[in-house]
Amino acid sequence: MREGPDTDMATKKKQAPGVVARLMPLYRTMVLIRTVETTLSRIFADGEVPGFIHLSIGQEACAAGIAAALGPHDTLATTHRGHGHVLARGLALEGFFKEIMGKAGGVCQGRGGSMHVADMSMGIIGANGIVGAGIPISVGSALALKTRGTDGVAVTLFGDGAMAEGVLHESLNLAALWKLPVLFVCENNGWSEFSPTRDQFAAPLAKLAGAFGIPHTAVDGNDVLAVADAAARLVAEQRAGGGARVLECATHRVRGHFEGDPQKYRPAEELAADAARDPIERAAAALRAAGCDDAQIAQVSADVDARVAEALAAARADVQPAFEDAIRDVYTVASDRG
Amino acid sequence: MAEMRYLQAINQAMADALRADERVVVFGEDVAAAGGSFKATRGLLDAFGPARVLDTPISEATIASAAVGAAMSGLKPVVEIMFMDFVTLAMDALVNQAAKARFMFGGRSSVPMVLRTPHGGGLSAGPQHSQCLEAWLAHVPGLKVLCPSNPNDAYALLRAAIDDPDPVVFVEHKGMYASKGEVDTTRRVAIGQADVARAGRDLTLVTYGATVRTCLDAAATLAAEGIEAEVVDLRSIQPWDEAAVFASVARTHRVVVVHEAVQAFGVGAEIAARIASDAFDELDAPVLRVGAPFMPVPFARSLEQGYFVTADAVVAAARRVMA
Repeated sequence: MREGPDTDMATKKKQAPGVVARLMPLYRTMVLIRTVETTLSRIFADGEVPGFIHLSIGQEACAAGIAAALGPHDTLATTHRGHGHVLARGLALEGFFKEIMGKAGGVCQGRGGSMHVADMSMGIIGANGIVGAGIPISVGSALALKTRGTDGVAVTLFGDGAMAEGVLHESLNLAALWKLPVLFVCENNGWSEFSPTRDQFAAPLAKLAGAFGIPHTAVDGNDVLAVADAAARLVAEQRAGGGARVLECATHRVRGHFEGDPQKYRPAEELAADAARDPIERAAAALRAAGCDDAQIAQVSADVDARVAEALAAARADVQPAFEDAIRDVYTVASDRG
Repeated sequence: MAEMRYLQAINQAMADALRADERVVVFGEDVAAAGGSFKATRGLLDAFGPARVLDTPISEATIASAAVGAAMSGLKPVVEIMFMDFVTLAMDALVNQAAKARFMFGGRSSVPMVLRTPHGGGLSAGPQHSQCLEAWLAHVPGLKVLCPSNPNDAYALLRAAIDDPDPVVFVEHKGMYASKGEVDTTRRVAIGQADVARAGRDLTLVTYGATVRTCLDAAATLAAEGIEAEVVDLRSIQPWDEAAVFASVARTHRVVVVHEAVQAFGVGAEIAARIASDAFDELDAPVLRVGAPFMPVPFARSLEQGYFVTADAVVAAARRVMA
């Protein structure tokens, strides 16, 4: 199922090979996420996506930077706003679109949709429709990785809204007690659904982590290299037996809580400021500063546009899932097992 | 064959599973060093070590959720929730996570976990340490729910639960922990198969768990009156053995469904409704239910006496369907 995040080094620049070599794959991943999300926004408005979706536009640097630090044996649990994370992890684009659009060829056969994308073969142990629910699942995943003698890390992504969920507190405690390789990643966009997080949670995450003796690292979550560097350092510490870590990425939610949310509760100046902090524009500027020309940067978008268009076309052409297949997968019955 | 207490059979099943499969781990509150609140896990820490038998803090939601994550990542966790009443704190893990994973992730994933928990009253444990909440869980597509009535089945069904690829809630009755019986550790029982605990031609008593004993006592009383009751021990509530129940109904044509749990909206309601809809032509009398009254489990002995299902209540219901 793996369709690797772009690692094409062909555009490596002579003037600043280090920066370009590191930044270009991350940039490609971010452009992929942005293109997918804006495509979904468009086809959602056109009625092609059933249900509701939560887009991660503006938060792409977190997904790209975290995923770049992971190896094939690591696991990743994410949230209702998880498209970017699974795409950065390398989920097959066609299976992704089919899932979001409720088609038979979806990565989960159209059973779960946007909030329930998973692919166990690549350690994606689930997006989740319940705020905070993936966090203790990752604790168990980390227990398995450790018990099985691997050096794997269980990354659990959550938003600042999940800080008020009891399971986060239980999970920090258990991960600390058992010295489990859980990388707790908070994408702090300042909004708990429709309410400002400053009105929702009394303690900073750094203090919460500190209470359990877990090292906390804060980064600018819209600076993809900063996220990637921090994640790589923390994962390396964890592979060496360091136990749990918390990484807090300050970022911005450009779209509403759900797609179609007019965000009337947010000041216009804040929305404008968010757009100005665009992580993709920042990465593009850094690439130009390192010597990439506009044609190279435009080529990334052109390549991604083609891939997304192809995946969308395949998803549109796919059939809807059959009820008889779905109802067979509730649980195994003795006769199934021979 | 060896004589064991119900509690020992459960302990033996976990020990044998830990020995048979290195993916099996056991965790929960006080299960390791203390050997469990009821001592179901006694000796496992010494035998299998702290990497496989782990004490958790008092964090039911995370215990159950961690079991889900561990199961998704290659282990076969067996976790304990100390009293079934506390499963309320673990409901997201069971209902939204464990139960949904196979279906929601396209049938390509499974959550091979077992959540053991004792239900039931009779110990003056009061309203929050006595409930039988199995009907809630049986109502959720994706969970399997077992409730053995004797040591032999407790052993075989717990082994089956640990071997199963799906999440299984294994409900024990704390009042039965000290009960004794012969256990054959080589015997296997498939999930979803009922057992005819007593054969009889005149009426069928469908039940599970601790009220199997109650029904056998009632059957003995009825036998003295010349009424031969068949006692069907479901053993597995989800899935339940429709074929075995319908076959018994076809023999006796009269049914009483009995459980310790609250009667209203309970397991018995489902079984009675299915018999009424699918085996109506076999019936010579309305299907009756015997269960707890619609009230919290009370504390005082006098109140408990009014609450729990007795053999006399089963006998009375049996006489009504025979009338």
